[in-house]
Amino acid sequence: MVTNDKAQSTTPSASDGERPAIDIRSVHKAFGSLHVLKGVSMQVMPGTVTVVLGPSGSGKSTLLRMINQLETVSGGEIYVNGELQGFKHEMHRGVDRLRCLSDKEVAAQRSRIGMVFQRFNLFPHKTVLENVMEALVHVKHMSKDEAKAEAIADLKRVGMDNRLNHYPSELSGGQQQRVAIARAIAMHPQIMLFDEPTSALDPELVGEVLGVIRGLADDGMTMVVVTHEIGFAREVADQVVFMDGGVVVEKGGPEIIDNPSNPRFKSFLDSVL
Amino acid sequence: MSTHATNGAADSEKKPAAARAASKSAQGAPDIPNRVDALPQRKPGPIVAAIIVAIFAAQFIHMLVTNENLEWGVVWTYLFNEHVLSGVGWTLILTVASMLIAIVLAILLAVMRKSSNVVLRGVSWFYIWFFRGTPVYTQLVFWGLISVLIPKLSIGIPFGPEFWTWDTADVFTAGRAAVIGLALNEAAYLAEIVRAGLEAVDPGQREAAQALGMGPGLIMRRIILPQAMRIIIPPTGNEVIGMLKTTSLVLAVPFTLELQYVTNSLANRVYKPIPLLIVAALWYLVITSILMFLQSKLEKHFGKGFDIRGEVEQIGPSDSTEAKRSEASAEDRNDVLMTGLNA
Ligand SMILES: Nc1ncnc2c1ncn2[C@@H]1O[C@H](COP(=O)(O)OP(=O)(O)OP(=O)(O)O)[C@@H](O)[C@H]1O
Ligand SMILES: [Mg+2]
Repeated sequence: MVTNDKAQSTTPSASDGERPAIDIRSVHKAFGSLHVLKGVSMQVMPGTVTVVLGPSGSGKSTLLRMINQLETVSGGEIYVNGELQGFKHEMHRGVDRLRCLSDKEVAAQRSRIGMVFQRFNLFPHKTVLENVMEALVHVKHMSKDEAKAEAIADLKRVGMDNRLNHYPSELSGGQQQRVAIARAIAMHPQIMLFDEPTSALDPELVGEVLGVIRGLADDGMTMVVVTHEIGFAREVADQVVFMDGGVVVEKGGPEIIDNPSNPRFKSFLDSVL
Repeated sequence: MSTHATNGAADSEKKPAAARAASKSAQGAPDIPNRVDALPQRKPGPIVAAIIVAIFAAQFIHMLVTNENLEWGVVWTYLFNEHVLSGVGWTLILTVASMLIAIVLAILLAVMRKSSNVVLRGVSWFYIWFFRGTPVYTQLVFWGLISVLIPKLSIGIPFGPEFWTWDTADVFTAGRAAVIGLALNEAAYLAEIVRAGLEAVDPGQREAAQALGMGPGLIMRRIILPQAMRIIIPPTGNEVIGMLKTTSLVLAVPFTLELQYVTNSLANRVYKPIPLLIVAALWYLVITSILMFLQSKLEKHFGKGFDIRGEVEQIGPSDSTEAKRSEASAEDRNDVLMTGLNA
C-alpha cells in the first residue's frame, strides 16, 4: 500500500524547534487507474490556519479526507502530532513493514481530529442536542449529564443553544452547519478540518458560519480549511496552499493571494474574485 | 397496496380534501377583482362508474345479509369457541416468534452481504438464493422431517469430541420446527429489504460518524440502522401480514393448532365449511388491522426528524436528486397517514 521511499520511519524530529501538528509527506492517491494526488507535501504548525485553494477536481477534498482516514493513503505518509496515521511499523519475517491499524485504533486517531463537511451530515433522526451528545456519550463515555453540559456549552459557542430540541430538518443550512461545528468541537479535537463548509449555503448564510470558524481561529485552534472564500483566506489564513492537478502549485503566507507568482494560481484567483 | 384495495373509498374521499385545504392555505385570500367564476368541467365518466360500482356493492351486501348458506348464526356460535380462540393465539405466536427471529437473522445476513470478507458475502448470498428459491411448504415439510435426517444433535468441538447430545425430535417439536421453518424462509426475503434500507442511508452519515471516532458496530447500531428503519418498516409490515397468512401452511410440519387448521377441522366435524371459513377470515382481518395500527405507530417513531417541509427547505433548489427523494418521502408520509386513518 505505502511506498516508503525515504528513510523516515521514526517520528519526524523537529527541525526548527516546534513539531508540526500535521505533516504530510509526498502523499499519493489513486482511485483505480485515476491518479488523483501526485506527491503532496505540506506542514501545518500548531495553532495555525491553513487554507487550501484550488479548482474543482484538484484533489483538495481527497487530501483532507486522507488526513482523517476517510480515504486510505496510496503512497507517502501523514503524521498527526508526530503519530503516523493509519499504520504502524511491525517486524514481519525480519523486515520492517507497515501494518494497517485496527478499527479501534483508527477510531481513536480520528477522534482527535474534527471534521466539518460541505453537506453538514448531521444525523437527521437526532435532535440538535442529541447530535452533539452522541459521540460524547458513546465514544468518550461521558455520563448523560456531563455530555449534556458539554454539548450546551459548545452549542452556545456557535450561537445555537436556543434550538436544542429541534431536528436538523427544521434548521436553515447555516444553522445546521453551526451545529455540525459544535458537534465536532465538542470532542475537543486537536485539529479541525473544514471541507468547503459554506459552499452549500445561500449567500446570506455564509457570514454566520465563517464568523464561527474565525472565532475558532482566534482561540488558537489548528485548522485546515478548503474554501473558495478568498476574503476569508486573506484575513484568517497563516498559510495558503494552492493545489492544481493533484500537486501543490504554490504555498506561502496569505500575501501570496495578492501577489501570485504562478500563472495558474493567478488565473484561478482571477476567475474566483 | 392491500390497504388501498380494502379502503379505496375512504382514500379517494380524504385525498382531494387534504389537497384542497393545502392549496387554499397556500393561496391565502388575496383580493382579486376579476376572479374567474367558472362552472366545473363536465365529467360524466366517474359518475357513471360510481353508480355501477355502487350497484354491485349494494348487491354484494344484500347477498351477505340474506344468503342463508352463510349461516351467520353458526359464525357467531363459533367465533369465540375455545378451540378457535386458542387457534388465534397460536397463529399470533407463530407470526410474532418467526418474525422476530427472521428480523435478527435478516439484519445479520444484510450486514454479511456488505462485509469485506468474501466467505461471509458468499454464505449470505447462498442463503438468500436457497431460501427464496424453494417453496416455503417444502421447507416446512423438511423441518418436520429433520429428526429423521439428523437423529442426534450435539455441541462439541467441530469434527472432534462432543460434550452435550440431544434427540433431535425433542429439540424440534412441531411448534419449534414450524417457527424455525417460517423464520428461516422469511429471513431471506427480509434480508433483501434490510439491505435496500441500509443502502438508502446517505454515505455522508457513516463518514460523519467515523470522523467523530465512532467504530463500525456503533455506527451501524446508532446511526445507520435507525435511519434505515424508515425505509425498512413499510415493506416489513407487508411481510408480517403475509406471514400471518403463511402460518396456515404449517400443517406441512405437521403443526395443527393454528387458526386455519382448527377452523377447518371444526368445519369437517360439524359439516359447516362456509361459516367456519368466515370465522377464520374475520379473525385474520382483526389481527391484520391491529398489525396495521402498530405499523403506523412504528413508522411515526422512526420518521422522527424526517419532516417533509423541513427536508425541502434543508436541501434547497440546487440538488435535484435530493428534492426527488424528499418528494418520494412526502408520498410515503401520505400512505402512512392513510394507513393510520384506515386502521
Ligand atoms: N471515491 C472516488 N472514486 C473515484 N474517484 C474519485 C473518488 N473521490 C474523488 N475522486 C476523483 O478525484 C478527483 C479529485 O476529487 P476531489 O473531490 O478531491 O476534488 P476537489 O478538489 O475537492 O474538487 P471540488 O472543488 O469539486 O470539491 C476528481 O477527479 C474526482 O472525480
Ligand atoms: Mg471537494
